[in-house]
Amino acid sequence: MDLVQLQRQFVDYKTSLYHEGFLDEQFTQLQELQDENNPDFVVEVVSLFFEDSERLLNELARALEQQSIDYKRIDAHVHQLKGSSSSIGAQRVQKVCIAFRNYCEEQNVEGCLKCLQQVRHEYSLVKTKLESLFQLEQQILTAGGSIPIFSRVTKLLKGIYLLSSLSLYHIFSV
Amino acid sequence: MLSSGGESGSCSKDMAVELGDEPHVLVVDDSLIDRKLVERLLKNSSCKVTTAENALRAVEYLRLGNDTLEGTVSEVNMIITDYCMPGMTGYELLKKIKESSVLKEVPVIIMSSENIPTRISQCLEEGAKMFVLKPLKRSDVKQLKWHLMKCRN
Repeated sequence: MDLVQLQRQFVDYKTSLYHEGFLDEQFTQLQELQDENNPDFVVEVVSLFFEDSERLLNELARALEQQSIDYKRIDAHVHQLKGSSSSIGAQRVQKVCIAFRNYCEEQNVEGCLKCLQQVRHEYSLVKTKLESLFQLEQQILTAGGSIPIFSRVTKLLKGIYLLSSLSLYHIFSV
Repeated sequence: MLSSGGESGSCSKDMAVELGDEPHVLVVDDSLIDRKLVERLLKNSSCKVTTAENALRAVEYLRLGNDTLEGTVSEVNMIITDYCMPGMTGYELLKKIKESSVLKEVPVIIMSSENIPTRISQCLEEGAKMFVLKPLKRSDVKQLKWHLMKCRN
């Protein structure tokens, strides 16, 4: 695949992640914090999110296996997961956490187990997708190109976003 | 110009940092991800940043700063703290700061992931300069810096 095709694939893929609700505006904010002095900022923060989430998901599974369930403890873990997913823009994970907390409050074990399954699923989806996104970025850089910048305008103007992104990568294509 | 609001108005003119120097902000949050985010936001806005992973560490740090100096000068120009933290909460930390003769003039910002009106008014009444919903954004940092600049003048 040539560079222009790679860049187009990248833009399309990234657009779809926002479109399908996997990522939200906060992910854009994260990227805007990255610069030449901090070129790996996004990957670093996302990696922290992966580590943190995996730990929390294990804790949650353990806590829900107990004879006597400690809902306060479960709520504390879900609160953390909700916070970190919100901080990186992993919108679908965050949404499940909100429902999860409601079941905790109701002390509804069935609901909690269902949510744990859902949050595990959403987490694994967003992890796979972010890893693919980073891989695409790496391929573009290796091919000597630059990463098309994703502006807020591109997202807002859904109708013409494809046009805007096409012209953006034209500017950046080698 | 002095800050207005329900809490103590004036900001100390004895602050150790001269005009033109980078403001020093202490960030307190038990989430590593959020500490990193806020730190980057602030550093991109020309602030010097120290982070603490809980309120106790923050209290230790702030006392240490005072011990090495004579008189009544604060090492930090602003404190940003998360509300929900294990052990001492951000609200309790805020109260401790306001009880200190040296630190009470330092602007304190409370961050929270939850939009609870009673929580917000409780913090503002206790003397917090701002209450911000997480995740922190660049627009929040702009507002923050405005409070910082006001206090320094």
